[in-house]
Amino acid sequence: MSFFENRTATAPTGLAKLLHFHWPLVLVISAIATLGWLMLYSIAGGDFSRWAEPQMNRYFIGLAAMFWVGLMPIWFWNLTAWPAYAIGILLLLFVEFFGSVGMGAQRWIDLGFMMLQPSELMKVALIMALASYYSRIDDRLISHPLWVVLPVVAIIAPTVLVLMQPNLGTAAMTLAVGGMMMFAAGVSLWYFGAVIGLAAGAVAGIFTMRGTPWQLLHDYQYRRIDTFLDPAADPLGAGYNIIQAQIALGSGGWSGKGFMQGTQSRLNFLPEKHTDFIFTTLGEEFGYLGAISLLVLYTLVLVFLVWAAVRNRDRFSQLLIIGVAVNFFMYIAVNLSMVMGMAPVVGVPLPLLSYGGSATLVVMIAFGLVHSAIVHRPR
Amino acid sequence: MARKPKTQAELGEGVTRRALMISVGMGAMVAALGARMYRLGVAQSDKYRLLAEENRINIRLVPPARGQLFDRAGTLIAGNEQNYRVVITKEDASKAIGGVQMVLDRLCQIIPMASDDVAEALKALERNSPFVPIPVAERLSWQDFSEVAINGPALPGVTPEVGLSRHYPQVGDFAHVVGYVGPVSEKDLEGVEKPDPLLLIPRFQIGKIGVERWLESDLRGGAGTRQIEVNAVGRVMRELSREEGIAGADVTLTLDARVQNFVQARLGSESAACVIMDVQTGDLVATASAPSFDPNLFVRGIASADYKVLIEDDHRPLANKVVQGTYPPGSTFKMVTALAALADGVIDTETRVNCPGYYESGGRRFHCWRTGGHGSVDLERSLMESCDVFYYEIAQRVGIDKVAEMGRQLGLGIRHDLPMSAIAKGNMPDKAWKERVHKADWRIGDTINAAIGQGYVLTSPLQLAVMTARIATGKHIEPRLIKAVSGVETPIAPAPDLMVSGEKLAAVQRGMFAVMNGETGTARGSRVADETMIMCGKTGTAQVRNISAAERETGVVRNEDLPWIRRDHALFVGYAPAENPRYAVAVVVEHGGGGSAAAAPIARDALLSALTGGIPPLSAYPAEQRPAIEERFNALSLRFDNLGSQAPTKT
Repeated sequence: MSFFENRTATAPTGLAKLLHFHWPLVLVISAIATLGWLMLYSIAGGDFSRWAEPQMNRYFIGLAAMFWVGLMPIWFWNLTAWPAYAIGILLLLFVEFFGSVGMGAQRWIDLGFMMLQPSELMKVALIMALASYYSRIDDRLISHPLWVVLPVVAIIAPTVLVLMQPNLGTAAMTLAVGGMMMFAAGVSLWYFGAVIGLAAGAVAGIFTMRGTPWQLLHDYQYRRIDTFLDPAADPLGAGYNIIQAQIALGSGGWSGKGFMQGTQSRLNFLPEKHTDFIFTTLGEEFGYLGAISLLVLYTLVLVFLVWAAVRNRDRFSQLLIIGVAVNFFMYIAVNLSMVMGMAPVVGVPLPLLSYGGSATLVVMIAFGLVHSAIVHRPR
Repeated sequence: MARKPKTQAELGEGVTRRALMISVGMGAMVAALGARMYRLGVAQSDKYRLLAEENRINIRLVPPARGQLFDRAGTLIAGNEQNYRVVITKEDASKAIGGVQMVLDRLCQIIPMASDDVAEALKALERNSPFVPIPVAERLSWQDFSEVAINGPALPGVTPEVGLSRHYPQVGDFAHVVGYVGPVSEKDLEGVEKPDPLLLIPRFQIGKIGVERWLESDLRGGAGTRQIEVNAVGRVMRELSREEGIAGADVTLTLDARVQNFVQARLGSESAACVIMDVQTGDLVATASAPSFDPNLFVRGIASADYKVLIEDDHRPLANKVVQGTYPPGSTFKMVTALAALADGVIDTETRVNCPGYYESGGRRFHCWRTGGHGSVDLERSLMESCDVFYYEIAQRVGIDKVAEMGRQLGLGIRHDLPMSAIAKGNMPDKAWKERVHKADWRIGDTINAAIGQGYVLTSPLQLAVMTARIATGKHIEPRLIKAVSGVETPIAPAPDLMVSGEKLAAVQRGMFAVMNGETGTARGSRVADETMIMCGKTGTAQVRNISAAERETGVVRNEDLPWIRRDHALFVGYAPAENPRYAVAVVVEHGGGGSAAAAPIARDALLSALTGGIPPLSAYPAEQRPAIEERFNALSLRFDNLGSQAPTKT
């Protein structure tokens, strides 16, 4: 296929576009969301209206948004990528000064009907902006230092703003997603090697100097790092939740205690049991089989996305889909490893399952972008 | 070498290659997550199932032992006693048929509980997280306590436990200075960004006033934790690990429990304050405020009837009059006026002033307390007989600003920094002050009033003691209350000299000597007979009302004929021994009448007590007074005279 053929290939128009939607993907997403409603129903003790119903409504609003975004031509999203990025930065600055304080951090804008978390929106805008950037520059410049600096700045800016909220989890995810986008775009591996080497050196330096007269941080800063890495050192805070979460997960066994049979009173102390820690309920009630099924569903989504990216021959579309896939993956990896005690506790929801407006809506919009890329794929 | 741009297809292959690399990474992570799920849910499932089904790990805070307070000799002033109590955990109690209410009802049948306490417990259970144990009954007898333990199976969520509670063995002696602890209130938590987790323990005791409050951070200590295994109804099965809290620091005060006890008892039911200060170090040896109250009442939660009695008493038992009360110093201020005039050079030690019984200025007459006047007086006699006219005259010469400056140098009108609550600054007025506060010019009459410690001048007993200590030593002594924290001595800064020459100070000291030992001294009746403990001092009588010209015509109404609240305040300041001063004292008896009759005897007893370390020996008193003194001492109910060396001491 030559460049010429590529451009003249026709994409579907009108309602015919709906036929080209990735229906298996829509099905899997809906299955995950349904599992989420079940869990929310169970956690509320059989109360449908408490969490399950609003979450259901949000999902359908998200679904509508996905279809609308998916029906828009992909070039439109390429054009609006940088404006979206600019708006995202402005919103982040806005919450910095006027946002509501929730859980000790400024993260939210009150829209009246829901609380918007601009840091979530920002990640999608960043994915769009980077995809757009790499679809436009001459490929010979990709690894030119000058052309590497620009995307790095575009990644660092929102990362720093999110870090100031402070929201360490989302900041780290923003950084990781941006880095992976650059990696996918083909930036020379030397850069990544250098950054990883420097970071490893810095960490090694900080820790080997500990206790010597030349140590780089104050003692209390070291202690803070210790508690972050080892929550058991703070048994009344994060560590307590982690211990109880693991007991809940582990006690589920092979097939779980059954729907609505989880001994929820045990988790009454968990303030996030319907949001960040929702996986513990799944593990307790549906056991290992339930947990692994969810993991399989998530993996299916990732496989669909990566395959869609590989098949696509439009550079913006490809990078966009990979970005969305990496973002989706990061949510899962960070949340699950946190809940299962493999990583420090940071506030990251489980996509499509956790109760919450911003994350659901943003994930669905991201899937909308993926659909726009799939539907308007040059054929 | 420039190369051609790649085609979309070539670029696409590049992306595919990188995408596959990313996929491998993601796949590895997914595999790791799956493996972890397997480990938790299958491989180690039995362990966790056991934990979940049978037992549950709970983490409880262990409150540290609060630091104890000791007097300078190691006598316990504030300690901790064992407290048998019952706590209830909502999470477990609500599992019982009938819920928390039923459990509480049953508990009421076993131990005596007021309905107020039950209501408060229910409220606390509502407010706190379900897994936080809430105390519902405290200070149980051993009988009741074991009753609860035996009935444990019928009382899910109820745990009998032994805690520590504050106890003040010296009862009312140190109530004002040491203060008391009480349960954390919502007001205590207001505005605290990240409160110490200890403060969130229901009914945790923190210092409310006095030393308990101001040294809270030293006394409190750090929380410990214990990991316990509890069964499905919340009964503690075993303790997995225990990390003791860091006990609070023990604090040693400069006070002497024996002296304090004697002085407090000596003040009796008067509304009065007495401070004794070591003039060399500034150590406060006793700070008594009467009447007093029992701080233990507050620790247990004072009954509203008891509280009402304390609040409505016109003798204000809750106030720490030593630092909180401000009084016109009356004639005890005359040393300040004299030193200001001497230091300025407007008078010398030989200057004489004629006192006809009044002083005329700007058409007004200002009276001396002695109607007929003192005739020609010098400095020494003016102090000895407390002639007012002498001070009217010299204050006019030197001017109020110099007097105020001297007053401040001697520690008046200054807030001395001590760990006590509601320390008053008092007032040392000058021209600028009146301009600022009253928007009026300073008048001659104001100076005349201030010269004898009336008018705008206000001082606390503590300030008067500091003043006396500084006059006695010529050094800028600062008061000190905390002797040591955790055995580490609080350093005493070397005191700089006052800006008054030694001979001028000596002249004033001679006057104070004459007050007590001169033939016509106003406090001769309270002199000390023992050569080694000769006392110097100055009486003061502060009017709290105006004496009109008409009243002066018909004869001034005697204090005893006035209602208590309108009688004069009696004051006395002094130090001993005269030759080599060791302790200074200040006494204020509110509405006590004359300083020589009401305050001086108390001051003498207090000083002798400090010098001898307990009850003063009768041999120190003039022989003719001994029988009366002995009778008085025998009437005092003292804690230490019979306890003797059995007093609880620090090990």
